[in-house]
Amino acid sequence: MKKGVPGPRSRERPPSRPTARLSPVARQIVSGDRRALGRLISDVEAGRTEARTVLKELHSRAGKALVVGLSGPLGVGKSSLVNRLLQHLKGLGRRVGVIAVDPSSPFSGGAVLGDRVRIDRDPSDPSVFFRSMASRGHPGGLSQSTREVIRLLEAFGMDTILVETVGSGQVDVEIHSIASTRMVVLVPHLGDEVQTLKAGLFEIADIFVVNKSDLPGADRAARDLSELAQLSTPVDGWRPQVVQTSTLAPSGIVELWNAVEAHEQALRSGTQLRARLTERADQELRSLLLARVQESLDQELRPTPGWETLVSAVVDRTSDPYTASEKAYRLLLRCL
Amino acid sequence: MAKPGLDGHDRGAKVVARALRDAGMEVIYAGLRQTPEDIVEAAVEEDVDLIGLSILSGAHMVLFPRVLQLLKARKASEIKVFAGGIIPDEDARKLKQMGIRAIFGPGTSLQAIVDAARQLAGKRAS
Ligand SMILES: Nc1nc2c(ncn2[C@@H]2O[C@H](COP(=O)(O)OP(=O)(O)O)[C@@H](O)[C@H]2O)c(=O)[nH]1
Ligand SMILES: [Mg+2]
Repeated sequence: MKKGVPGPRSRERPPSRPTARLSPVARQIVSGDRRALGRLISDVEAGRTEARTVLKELHSRAGKALVVGLSGPLGVGKSSLVNRLLQHLKGLGRRVGVIAVDPSSPFSGGAVLGDRVRIDRDPSDPSVFFRSMASRGHPGGLSQSTREVIRLLEAFGMDTILVETVGSGQVDVEIHSIASTRMVVLVPHLGDEVQTLKAGLFEIADIFVVNKSDLPGADRAARDLSELAQLSTPVDGWRPQVVQTSTLAPSGIVELWNAVEAHEQALRSGTQLRARLTERADQELRSLLLARVQESLDQELRPTPGWETLVSAVVDRTSDPYTASEKAYRLLLRCL
Repeated sequence: MAKPGLDGHDRGAKVVARALRDAGMEVIYAGLRQTPEDIVEAAVEEDVDLIGLSILSGAHMVLFPRVLQLLKARKASEIKVFAGGIIPDEDARKLKQMGIRAIFGPGTSLQAIVDAARQLAGKRAS
């Protein structure tokens, strides 16, 4: 079952590539400086240009980790599962980065990020790096910076990345663009609600976790979900699996991780992997380019007299917005 | 925000965390029974500007200096530390000398804590 999945690595840092040509910050990251990593993540979140430079340098060192998304409603036990998975992964010798995304308050812009409360670990263990992130208004909670933080964690030497997000339809779609295996975490009574979503549900996850299986109704919820999963069309021979867990005892954690590895195996031996990676790169390039164009539009074109003339012409009805926008487009191309 | 030591409830710390959120800050809530090592590792990973410690157990003269010492060892002394809880004046004076930036007794208003946190955290927390 484990064949083809990046094998368990020793807790030692993997042998590193030459670092001589890296900038000082990039070198700190690849050499395992936790303080530097923490700071660089903040720079990435804030969109600072210095961070962009380091991301460019480190891009080629990323891309090999197994990235697992855990999404689902608040309180279903995602952070508790992350805690149990960390314990299991430690036994496998994996080096794990965790990103826990929580929503920012739409009113104040602040956030209370409480996922660490569930994590019980040795603070001196270098094989784990846990970072909380506020969604900062990004719909769905995942953003360009989540993807960038994953890259930093990979360059830092993590071979496994767990991304926890509070689920909504939007996140479930977006997690597709960063995670190779997507889990949706539910609890017994939510199993019923989810049924009403029927087939569409199975496009949003590779693994369904019925957590809190110590509570009544878990077997039925898992059975119902499995029956529905059987109706979905397999992708690369994979149909969504349903795993029951409890983080109390704990139980089902090994089975859950085995399902992740089985899914990774299916991905690797299937035909869809390259297509998925291509789609992701295409999406990322597109969104970065849009951001770049928007920046030019707002900072270079709009402050010019040429723009003002076009706007006035529309107001005075000497031109129409369609013609004006075509002209503006040609002006913008000169700015780029 | 973290609660070092063994005393068992965190209502006060949670109330402060929410007040800081409502003032626009991002607060990492680390929870109960945190060792100084846990707290400093969390501060480094999360790259916080400010650590808030809440304590009722009376162990502040051991735990707070240890947090400061560990921050220094991690080359993270820019991270400031403030505290709240039941801390006698005499101890508070000593702790401030050691580098704890502010200490709030049980009667302090949330607004006073928010103002102090904002000032200590400086621009980055805005
Ligand atoms: N009965 C039961 N409670 C659990 C289980 N896992 C988590 N919880 C509880 O559910 C609550 C929310 O857990 P948390 O991990 O923070 O959920 P999250 O919001 O999805 O990250 C906590 O009170 C946990 O103790 C479980 O397997 N069984
Ligand atoms: Mg959580």
